[in-house]
Amino acid sequence: MTSAKKILVVDDDPYILMSLEFLMKKNGYDVMVARNGTEALDIVGKQMPDIVLLDIMMPDVDGYEICRHIKKAAKLKHTKVVFMSAKSKEADIQKGYDLGAALYITKPFSTRELVKQIQELLSN
Amino acid sequence: MNSNAVAICCALFYLAILFGVAYYAEYRLKKGSSIINNGYVYALSLAVYCTAWTYYGSVGQASTWGIEFLAVYIGPTIMASLFWPVLRKIIRICKTQRINSIADLISIRYGKNFSLAVVVTILCMVGIIPYIALQLKAISGSMNILTGTSETGTGLSNIFGDNALYISGALAFFIILFGTRSIDASEKHEGLVAAIAFESIIKLLAFMAVGVFVTFGLFNGFGDIFSKAAADGTLKKIFQFSEHTSYTTWTGLILLSMLAIIFLPRQFQIGVVENVKETHLKKAIWVFPLYLLLITFFVLPIAFGGNLLLGKSGINADTYVLALPMHNGAKLLSLLTFIGGFSAATSMIIVETIAISTMMSNNIATPLLLAAKKFKTTGDGQLTNSILNIRRFSILLIIALAFLYDKFVAQHFTLVSIGMVSFAAVAQFAPAVLGGIYWKNASQKGAMAGISIGFVIWFFTAVIPSMASSGILSMNIVNDGLFGIAWLKPFSLFGMEGMDSITHCFFWSMLFNILLFVVVSLNSKKSEQEIYQAEIFVDIFRYSLATENNVVWKGTAYLPDLNSLLANFLGAERAEKILVTYAQRNKISLEGKKADPRLVSFAEKVLSGVIGSASARIMVSSVTKEEKLKIDEVLHILRESQQMIELNKELRKKSAELEKATKQLTEVNEQLKEMDKTKDEFLYTVTHELRTPMTSIRAMAEIVHDNTDMEAEQKQFFLSGVIKETERLSHLITQVLNLEKYESGKQQLNISSVQLNGLIKDAVQSIQPLANEKCIITEIKIPDSMFLVQCDAALIMQVLNNLLSNAVKFAPEKGMVTVAVHSSVEELQVWVEDNGKGIDPAVHELVFDKFFQAKNQTLRKPEGSGLGLAICKKIIDLHGGNIWVKSEVNKGSKFIFTLPIN
Repeated sequence: MTSAKKILVVDDDPYILMSLEFLMKKNGYDVMVARNGTEALDIVGKQMPDIVLLDIMMPDVDGYEICRHIKKAAKLKHTKVVFMSAKSKEADIQKGYDLGAALYITKPFSTRELVKQIQELLSN
Repeated sequence: MNSNAVAICCALFYLAILFGVAYYAEYRLKKGSSIINNGYVYALSLAVYCTAWTYYGSVGQASTWGIEFLAVYIGPTIMASLFWPVLRKIIRICKTQRINSIADLISIRYGKNFSLAVVVTILCMVGIIPYIALQLKAISGSMNILTGTSETGTGLSNIFGDNALYISGALAFFIILFGTRSIDASEKHEGLVAAIAFESIIKLLAFMAVGVFVTFGLFNGFGDIFSKAAADGTLKKIFQFSEHTSYTTWTGLILLSMLAIIFLPRQFQIGVVENVKETHLKKAIWVFPLYLLLITFFVLPIAFGGNLLLGKSGINADTYVLALPMHNGAKLLSLLTFIGGFSAATSMIIVETIAISTMMSNNIATPLLLAAKKFKTTGDGQLTNSILNIRRFSILLIIALAFLYDKFVAQHFTLVSIGMVSFAAVAQFAPAVLGGIYWKNASQKGAMAGISIGFVIWFFTAVIPSMASSGILSMNIVNDGLFGIAWLKPFSLFGMEGMDSITHCFFWSMLFNILLFVVVSLNSKKSEQEIYQAEIFVDIFRYSLATENNVVWKGTAYLPDLNSLLANFLGAERAEKILVTYAQRNKISLEGKKADPRLVSFAEKVLSGVIGSASARIMVSSVTKEEKLKIDEVLHILRESQQMIELNKELRKKSAELEKATKQLTEVNEQLKEMDKTKDEFLYTVTHELRTPMTSIRAMAEIVHDNTDMEAEQKQFFLSGVIKETERLSHLITQVLNLEKYESGKQQLNISSVQLNGLIKDAVQSIQPLANEKCIITEIKIPDSMFLVQCDAALIMQVLNNLLSNAVKFAPEKGMVTVAVHSSVEELQVWVEDNGKGIDPAVHELVFDKFFQAKNQTLRKPEGSGLGLAICKKIIDLHGGNIWVKSEVNKGSKFIFTLPIN
């Protein structure tokens, strides 16, 4: 049996953060949380999660920057990035994919849908 | 060398200088720099008004009647102020219509009527020739004084011994030389006008020289001369308005001279025909009255001086000007004085003769010649000489008539009386001319009736008495009335007494003139030509551009005929040239045999400059077949041209307006785009802000819903989260709506007297729980005095709440939040301070923008909706106060707002 997949959830909104943490744990993932960009960068470097659920607008380092960092790091090449953002403009979404994101979902989203999509991403 | 020869030589020498001046002016014109194209020269040439009568007569008049002599200078001074509205209009009319005499002006205005021109010409001759004679008399008189000879006798026997004969001859020669150089009388007489302006300078200098000589040479200045005169009993009257000089006389003389300054043929010639630019009038308006002031300045001193020094010698007061230097041995000055008087007389003779000879030849002689010759359009310029000769002959005739009048009649009058008679004669033109240029209903029959009756009454009340007193007629008419009828006495017509003879003449002649002019005009039918001309004359400033291109003429004319007609008068070469030039300028084709109506009209205008309007009309109609136009056709043509001009103007105005509107629209469009963009951004930001709480609400609700088996405590946590996030959502919505309300101006302030201290305490109390959570100390620093402020308590409370909760939010744990109030005379300042991390000065102004942190960036503000400060700013703006922040990074922030006290 392979070990549980590692998921990092990054969001500055505590309710979203706690909700996603609960959901992912429920689905059997190894969940880590970060309340801001700095924490997130710290965790990805150490834990090398399989997937990062990433908010874009945060007080210190924004989500794009974190994604860029992940895509640059050789040891993180298998780490997938899923953006979840209130930024719903075409240009913002495009930017997310251009940076190498596997998925970009706009807030508000269905948690059921999110869980399915993550499962799909991880089974590939 | 005897003194007579010296005088003659001086006069001839002076004439030679005049020739020189005139030649020089024409030479300059050929070189392209006209002398007379100058406002000062124009104003000086207008001073042809001052004749020998001014030069010698004023002193004589002042000696007898006191300051009454001033009336004839006050009139023109008043009129000068009307030059711009009145004279400019006449000038414009004459330029566009190529009018070169007052007879033409009247006849063209009233439908190019031939007989009117004749009547005006005759009236001018009868009225003015004696006036010219007067000048000759002044010349010979002054020469006699200079040479010490007695008065020359009357009669043929003495003619050849009379200096005046030779002077007259020389003058006639000068006038012919410079006045009939060009066939086109509407062309400017460059040399002549320059000579006249020169003469104006000479006579002024000479007269002032005498004035200075008498005042400072013979007496010790003005004080001396006036006090000596005041001591003299007989001179006292000169200081006062004498009984003789009634107000009616003053009024009469002023009115007469007001009209004379425009309607005297010489004034019309210089002021209108020889005017180069309308703008020269602006100089003349003040230079001409100044000239009159200067030339009358020394009249009283000379009159007093003459009376005091020569009064008992029996010398005629009219000659004091010359006699004073003579009797005091100032020979050179005497000569200069003589030349001054000579120049005054000659300038008048020259211009008056030119003006009248043009009228005579154009309106009487040329039509007769053309009729007699059974004119044929064959020759080439052969008529030019005939017409020039007619004009030359007219000049000689006028001078000769004046000379004879002087010899046989004038000896009986003083200088002044004949002058006033002439004034009264030309005043008869005033109703027809002034009415003609301001009143469209004025008709040809009215003008004819007015001028005729005025002429008759003038002749009866002014000329008959003088003829009687000189023995030509019986004195019975004067004493008993015409045919013995008492109310037909020339000096008291209809029994009217108490006026002096000139005012009496002026009053009755003008009364009947105006009366008939108006009544007949209102009751007569007008011809098409008259209606057309009335339109153009009265509205000349609207039509002066259009008249050239719009022609009231319908008929057939052939180009070769027209060409040879002009060639007869101008020579083939010149005729061809001006026709081609005109055609090119107006884009008229010269192909084909038939002539464009505009060419016909142009030819007539050119001809009328040469031979006068009456003859020109005859000439042109001799080569054309004219159809009669109906009145509505005439008016239609006029209206069309008028409409074209107005349409053009309208179009230009419209396109300018359009351009402006386009520009404004572009600007508004830009603004709208900008606003649209702002609105879009705002909307995006709002929805963006709504998405975050909605996300968590949905996630938490789904979790609770999908996990029925979850622990009660955890369920409770998520559900309370849903509630909190919903609150946040509704708070945001409320704020967005509030902001919209304040920005759109829909918010009405509910102003009342508010105790600020209480408000602040309440606000601090309401955030106390939040502060307690972070262990933050709150402090209120308010002076003891009560601050009453006019404001909306609820809104200001909102501001305080906002600022305080921000302060608590940004203050560190165990930090400090302070509220303070500072007052000045005009305003209250409220400070809300925290000791948090501070705000970068670069964004101090931006923090009051709505959603400032969310815009164009990916970093999120720590907490809050992003609308709080924007709302605060709006509320404070609505109260007429200010809000700003003082802060440095890591040194806390201080938000300050002000409220005006009343």
